[in-house]
Amino acid sequence: MFHKYLFKDKHIVLDINSGAVHVIDKIVFDILDIYEGDNKNEVFSVLSNEYSKDEISEAISELDYLKSQGLLFSDDVYISNKAKDPVVKAICLHVAHDCNMNCKYCFGSQGSFEGIRELMSLDTGIAAIDFLIKNSGKRRNLEVDFFGGEPLMNFDVIKEIVSYGRKVEMNNNKKIRFTITTNGILLDDEKINYINDNMENVILSIDGRLEVNDKMRRTWNDKGTYELIINNYEKFINKRNDGLYYIRGTFTKENLDFSEDVKHLINKGFKNVSIEPVVVKDHEDYAIKIEHLDAILNEYEKLSDLYINNAKNNQMFDFFHFNIDLEQGPCVFKRISGCGAGTEYMAVAPNGDLYPCHQFVGNNGLKIGSVYDVDYSNELYDIFNNAHIYNKEKCRTCWAKFYCSGGCHANAYHMNGNMLEPYEIGCEMEKKRIECAIGIKAVLSK
Amino acid sequence: MKHIKTISKSSLNITNGKGCGECQTSCQSACKTSCTVANQKCENNDK
Repeated sequence: MFHKYLFKDKHIVLDINSGAVHVIDKIVFDILDIYEGDNKNEVFSVLSNEYSKDEISEAISELDYLKSQGLLFSDDVYISNKAKDPVVKAICLHVAHDCNMNCKYCFGSQGSFEGIRELMSLDTGIAAIDFLIKNSGKRRNLEVDFFGGEPLMNFDVIKEIVSYGRKVEMNNNKKIRFTITTNGILLDDEKINYINDNMENVILSIDGRLEVNDKMRRTWNDKGTYELIINNYEKFINKRNDGLYYIRGTFTKENLDFSEDVKHLINKGFKNVSIEPVVVKDHEDYAIKIEHLDAILNEYEKLSDLYINNAKNNQMFDFFHFNIDLEQGPCVFKRISGCGAGTEYMAVAPNGDLYPCHQFVGNNGLKIGSVYDVDYSNELYDIFNNAHIYNKEKCRTCWAKFYCSGGCHANAYHMNGNMLEPYEIGCEMEKKRIECAIGIKAVLSK
Repeated sequence: MKHIKTISKSSLNITNGKGCGECQTSCQSACKTSCTVANQKCENNDK
């Protein structure tokens, strides 16, 4: 299987099963409409009016060489039913099911996740770390993300959990990476310093331009939040030095020109930006619908232009979805198995209940158990382990399957009621982002 | 080659067996609402 497309002035072909990427000229691009590796005569007959026989022969011989090297027309040899080791290596700790913002599009019911508003106790936080260590098998690198609601509403418990984690990781030969996702309201000097000393990655939420942010991200007394957080974020990144962070926003139907929001954030001095589409059903007035796709895909083109221009002027920024490592990316096993939700990644509610991921918290039908379970057993393991690209009909034949790994389980479940049926609008956007990410590499390659 | 420039050879990083599992979980990075596995880094130090 291959996928070819035009990006700016570059003709590009991706060999899906090897991962090879080639920049080709127009004649090869045209030949690939016809050529399947063994039908030269058909190519001559269709293209003889446009190209000479010598030109076609030369181009086909180059394609045949790639085929002989396993870099084009390569076979899919990865289909496997091997189960992953049933270990847990990452948890999303919902230390606060409460929030000091009232964002219109929140998937967590403004912090409560359709339950009661509560904070995680230190006892539960410690039990969650113990659960992670106990169930992590031979994995050394473990991850704990502090999430909510707004996790900084439970800052003292976060500090205690980190201290406990640092103690037990040494005794168990583990390395825990702590990360946090915050809305920024409570970011003061003390918290900024603590986060910079202890968190390997920080996600700072803001949607971009003031009017865009304030339309969705509101206080409980219905005021905008931009002015409450922007200075905190600027102060934060000034002290972050080389530490990893992302400024992360959500775009909706209300800002289909979201490349302007990326621009705004870059102009504010933020170097690592992620802007993600909202995922909600069509009845919401801010929902992204199929008719918005053309405008959205065009925004990714604009973002590509911005990215390329800035790179050429040594003003690089990092747009999360354009990150792609064509040399040292994830192994094919990871690409097949996907995000790990419900198998190696879980979310922990404030009371210790376990769910397949943060987007499933509160869904009692998908409750896995509790960090307090003495005899933990994940009865949903097979369901999530089998929700991979070869068991999703639409993914099996899709060129993007080794890049997106079948997409987000929660999006599929919430939009289609079926984890094996990917969320189509999300797929189209992801395919465009992949094309742009690889196209940028092609444009910037020497 | 005159017509083709390869900018990346086989990049699927085929490992024997099941993969080591030491890499970052994709939703712990920046997304939280989508799945973008291909931009993760391999962290297998034994390759």
